[in-house]
Amino acid sequence: MVNAMLHIENLSVNYGTREALRAISLEINPGEIVALIGPNGAGKSTLIRAASGVLKPRLGRVLCAGEDITRLPNHLRARRLAVVPQARQEGGAFTVAQTVMLGRTAYLGWMGKPGESDERSVANALKMTSLTEFAERRVAELSGGEQQRVLVARALAQATRIMLLDEPTSHLDLQHQAGLLKLIRTLSKDYELAVLMALHDLNLVSLFADRVALLVDGELTHLGTPEEVLTEEIIQRAYHATLSVTRHLETGRPLVVLHV
Amino acid sequence: MKQPGKTYLGIGGLLLTALTLSVGLGAVSIAPAIIVRILAAQWPGSSIAPDWPAAFATILLQVRLPHTALIALTGAALAGSGAAYQGLFRNPLADPYLIGVASGAGLGAVAALSFGFSSTPLGTYFIPAAAFLGALVTVALVYNLARVNGYLPLTTLILAGVAVGAFASAMTSFLMLRSNEMVTRALAFLLGGSPVSGWGPVFATLPYFVVGLGLLSLSGHPLNVLQFGEEQARQMGLNVDRAKVFIVIIASLTTAVAVAFSGVIGFIGLIVPHLFRILWGPDYRHLIPMSLLGGAAALLLADVVARIVIAPQSLPVGIITALVGSPFFLWILRRAKREVLW
Repeated sequence: MVNAMLHIENLSVNYGTREALRAISLEINPGEIVALIGPNGAGKSTLIRAASGVLKPRLGRVLCAGEDITRLPNHLRARRLAVVPQARQEGGAFTVAQTVMLGRTAYLGWMGKPGESDERSVANALKMTSLTEFAERRVAELSGGEQQRVLVARALAQATRIMLLDEPTSHLDLQHQAGLLKLIRTLSKDYELAVLMALHDLNLVSLFADRVALLVDGELTHLGTPEEVLTEEIIQRAYHATLSVTRHLETGRPLVVLHV
Repeated sequence: MKQPGKTYLGIGGLLLTALTLSVGLGAVSIAPAIIVRILAAQWPGSSIAPDWPAAFATILLQVRLPHTALIALTGAALAGSGAAYQGLFRNPLADPYLIGVASGAGLGAVAALSFGFSSTPLGTYFIPAAAFLGALVTVALVYNLARVNGYLPLTTLILAGVAVGAFASAMTSFLMLRSNEMVTRALAFLLGGSPVSGWGPVFATLPYFVVGLGLLSLSGHPLNVLQFGEEQARQMGLNVDRAKVFIVIIASLTTAVAVAFSGVIGFIGLIVPHLFRILWGPDYRHLIPMSLLGGAAALLLADVVARIVIAPQSLPVGIITALVGSPFFLWILRRAKREVLW
């Protein structure tokens, strides 16, 4: 596809001699959410890390709107592609506004003095994530769902067209999982963001992803719509579990139910 | 957002008080008003007639002022580099003394002294360079020994720091005992007492202090980004490797200069940044300048106590900082588990 926003091309990554990712190719369009699924250790985090430039691939490239970003310096790559990590303790003493401003690092100088456009960009990111009223609160004082939104806001402040998320819902309760994914979907559609998101929960994947990429043992075995990938046959084989796939009552999307 | 102005004002007041006490107190006490008049009288074209004993001017200008200046710069350097190491290692217990860097710098300085470089005309200028080298080697060694799978856990950092620091201290003792005549001098050094006096050490170290403290003060933003871990810092657009190397070099330079003439003084680099992290918050763009000013004030006050507690003799200031610092260290250790200050 010529107009793909994110184009992962033939990407291979090794940990020592072990092959962690083998020849992964994947294209994501503006406004599209691709969910990355697969059993533990299949290479989901590795793919996110390699695409974000913190792991050097053995082979292959990552293209952003046609430009190879694998060899760009960090500050130029961070202007094209933003990563939302899992909310953890790090940097919890900073206020929400300070944290989101640090998302502007790629545009700031060594001393980090923000200009008018940086302030505007932070204010926008706070508004888009409904965090404006929390701006002066310390991140550690917020709930898990709010903390995860702070990290989304920090990534939005990077003003990129591509957003990568690594298990953003894993520490959240049901209500906040849905809230966060709705937010990601809205942002993706409204701002034409290309989103690649590693997710554990297959039913959330089914509800929120446009396409699903299934990784097994470092290989991309299936890529397609939720209806195409979330089938009993494919999922049972990938996860070594017995399950049935039924339909979500409201949307008709696939619903994965484990057998016990 | 909390405004830093008030905090700076408070530190400024404290520093001024500490400077006045440091210059005024001693075997001969000089009142603040007279200090101001003596200083004003040095101004070219000043018309202030001396109404103080002649010895006062000599004591003030030749003994007290250079001593006070060196102590203030040393305190600023230890606290500033302490704040930088804590930010860099993301560890509240990283202190130039605890992670062994100060001991490594001490070894470098004593090695330079014991090989006789200090008696050459350029010797005074060579000591800080030797201390710098010692500090860099130590920090590289400790960092690599303490790293586990890309992380720098508190326990291994302190263990590696203690081990490498103990080795450096033992080497220092060995070098000192080999050359008898410098034992007294060097023992005082090891306990954190300045072995040299007068303006010489101040002038020899001033350029390093100015460059080191200046560059540290400007490095707050990269340290802020690094609080999220190296991987996130990269993804946020920081040139992580360059920032780390730069800050390690500057912090080690600053530690080394502090150690070169004032000896190994512990805990200032631990206590001061920690207090400002509680008072002000985690933003290194202010935390470092505040630590510099606060460190100067803290070491000046410790030095005043060291001079008057068993007057007319004086204690090495390192004893005072350790006496106050050790309980404080334990307090941080217990507190670190509960509080999010990072």
